[in-house]
Amino acid sequence: MSAEEKSMSIIVTKGSLDWAYPPFILATTAAAMGLPVTMFFTFYGLPLLLKKLNLQVTAAGNPAMKMPMMGMHMGLPNLLTAVPGVDAGCSIMMKNLIKKKGVASIEELREMAVEAEVRMIACQMTLDLFEYDKADMIEGIDIGGAATYIEVASQSDINLFI
Amino acid sequence: MADHTLDAKGLNCPLPILKARKALKEVPDNGTLEILATDPGAVADFEAFCRQTGNELLEHSEDDGVYRFLIKKAA
Repeated sequence: MSAEEKSMSIIVTKGSLDWAYPPFILATTAAAMGLPVTMFFTFYGLPLLLKKLNLQVTAAGNPAMKMPMMGMHMGLPNLLTAVPGVDAGCSIMMKNLIKKKGVASIEELREMAVEAEVRMIACQMTLDLFEYDKADMIEGIDIGGAATYIEVASQSDINLFI
Repeated sequence: MADHTLDAKGLNCPLPILKARKALKEVPDNGTLEILATDPGAVADFEAFCRQTGNELLEHSEDDGVYRFLIKKAA
């Protein structure tokens, strides 16, 4: 069981639907492979700890975002992404695609991370800055700052910034 | 016959691994878990999973797009 001495930490800085996937996929998988995992949620990553999630994607400034449609891949010109309702439409399309392809939802992955005892730390400074209340966050999370994270990172074999 | 079978068909990465981890908890030491999956990425992933966790991948095969893995749980 060589995995047991290894551990991983992830700094989660982004909270859109697409950016929420890598940290939760890697955290749950590492935990399943026997690694203790810590996730530190800061800036736009912090709202991923809110009890109720309604994650969105935007095609704005993201020329690589192309959706499979009518047998080809279609992107959106930046100008169109500013039209009200377009981001919401893209988000619904992405969620439909996720369901259709058997990809887990972020809610599901987060629940599995909690079950697998992934340690989740909410950044205190971000809570203050964006006026979030710990009471609105899921149960069982810790609150901490940069020093809390550095202590974890200095003892981890894998440290990711996403 | 495996001690336990997990049907992970239609599930995408990382769900087959996550569900297998859960299912292994129900398997006795040295017992076996059979997993059925349709995710082609599961082949490399179950090999890596087993190397990392010390469980043994006894066999894997593919039949008509369905991958079958047999894992022996480490004692």
